[in-house]
Amino acid sequence: MSQTIKTTFQLPIGPIHPALKEPVAFEFEIDGEQIIDVNVTLGHVHRAIEWAARKRNPIQVLYLAERICGICSYCHPMAFALAVERIADVEVPEHAQFLRVIHAEIERMCSHILWAGVAAHEIGFDSVLFLTWEIREKLLDLTEYLVGNRVTKAITMIGGVRRDITPEMYPKIKETLQYLKDSFEKLRRVYLEDKTFKMRTKGCGILTKEEALKLVAAGPTTRASGVKKDVRVDQSYFAYCDLDIDYMTPDILTGEVNGDVYDRIIVRLLEVKQSISLIEQCLEQMPPGPIVSEPKIAKLLAKLKKVDGEGIGRMEAPRGEVFHYVKLNANEYIYAWKVRAPTYNNIMPWIPMLKNQQIADIPIVAASTDPCMSCTNRIIMIEDKKTFILGKEELHQRSIQKTRRLHL
Amino acid sequence: MNQEQVRTPEEIIQSYQDTFSQNISETRIERFTTGVKKTEFVHIWMKVNRTVFKDAIKHLFQFDKYPHFAVSSGYDTADNIDLIYHFSIYHGSRDKELSINIKVSLPKSDPTLDTITDLIPGALISEQEKQEMLGVKIKNIPKDKRVFISDDFTKDVYAWRRDETGPYKYARNLHEVDK
Repeated sequence: MSQTIKTTFQLPIGPIHPALKEPVAFEFEIDGEQIIDVNVTLGHVHRAIEWAARKRNPIQVLYLAERICGICSYCHPMAFALAVERIADVEVPEHAQFLRVIHAEIERMCSHILWAGVAAHEIGFDSVLFLTWEIREKLLDLTEYLVGNRVTKAITMIGGVRRDITPEMYPKIKETLQYLKDSFEKLRRVYLEDKTFKMRTKGCGILTKEEALKLVAAGPTTRASGVKKDVRVDQSYFAYCDLDIDYMTPDILTGEVNGDVYDRIIVRLLEVKQSISLIEQCLEQMPPGPIVSEPKIAKLLAKLKKVDGEGIGRMEAPRGEVFHYVKLNANEYIYAWKVRAPTYNNIMPWIPMLKNQQIADIPIVAASTDPCMSCTNRIIMIEDKKTFILGKEELHQRSIQKTRRLHL
Repeated sequence: MNQEQVRTPEEIIQSYQDTFSQNISETRIERFTTGVKKTEFVHIWMKVNRTVFKDAIKHLFQFDKYPHFAVSSGYDTADNIDLIYHFSIYHGSRDKELSINIKVSLPKSDPTLDTITDLIPGALISEQEKQEMLGVKIKNIPKDKRVFISDDFTKDVYAWRRDETGPYKYARNLHEVDK
């Protein structure tokens, strides 16, 4: 009599994945529906941006940095500018420091609300996706009103910003903030009180505090695990030190920290509320003054050409800490530049999060760190040398079916 | 915050100098201010000899139970490859965090360095990246595979090098080619 041997299957997902916006490859080891182990491979959209910067001067790199990511098109050039300002001793006017906070917080809200929509979509609530993106649309309108562009903002300048926010513009900003406050209660009810949302996200994709610390996770991912880490509070930049701000951890709302997907939702929603408050504080406290320390770019470049040194720029982007290292060597072009986006650190924590989860939970768990990678369409399932292709739709359907099953 | 006693930047540098004496050089403390209140923040820089690199990283754990590793950056300096490991300690209380940047210089003839993944598992991707971009060899790295560059890309070409092993022959200026 032949003996049955229980084996696990390999399930490669990617280099493309329905939950992500850019390519990444997962190799799952699965036992039935259960994930036993996971391996992650990156680099499918490596564009050699750091290398390309070697033939650009610091002002040109600002625009290159802006193209690292569409959603964080403000954080990257700003972190680069912070590094260069520290190397070259460029003093940023106080007025500009407050303007920088306003733009950073608008970007954070755009990103978090966008993420909330994606998370709802992943578990089959497309109506909620449209609700959140309708709210985000107002924020994009505000971004366009303030900087002239909706996505690629081109607002950063070394030593300040490129456009002012004048008191005549305040009513429009306040109107949008009021709209957000009115919509916030609706979002809170949908995400935090809905029974199905709770069933799909509570206890799902857990990252413990110790794992978050050891795997050096960043941003809302680490805060949802109870780690008090936020560059805005830890090591102030711009005008954050003058504003009322604290770490957003899930225990503020629920009194406990579980480190699951539900907690990551709580943290992001709390941060949207915090961002509204920070912008209001900025409008109240912003001192008058110039928006940039040196408006003549040719003069600024001539100064930067003579600078020799190295520096770091750190900034709390929506997904976590953005870290830039810059080395200048008294040359027209920059000598070395290292960009560390928060997803770089949040890749490793995926492994403990995904272990022991079900295949249907992959989209929501992977999306819960708000990874900054792009998306294509299919996964391949290899079982006993027979290959099945699971399309985006099918994987998405599995996720929806799980939501429906929970209702039965 | 995880540390027992918060040390000042000067005490941290002093502690390193007392422990590693000649093996620590180019120490500097950068102080900056920000905002209307001119709140101060500090970046610490130091260079360590390769022989004590691992111990220097271990030394950080005296100040904070979980030093946060941001990333390591690196560049080619003709004879050497310089790597800089960027850490921060004392997160969790307002404006108390210190950035610590530890530089180590590796000769191109033998660009090897110990792994720190046994101390900080989250450093794996950063170490893999330095291997494939700068051609350094990380000893005892738990996963000796490429992470950003695909496996079928030519070996012995390192994207961040400025010497003959650099990627220049693969990069063409559009105006120099017909297509």
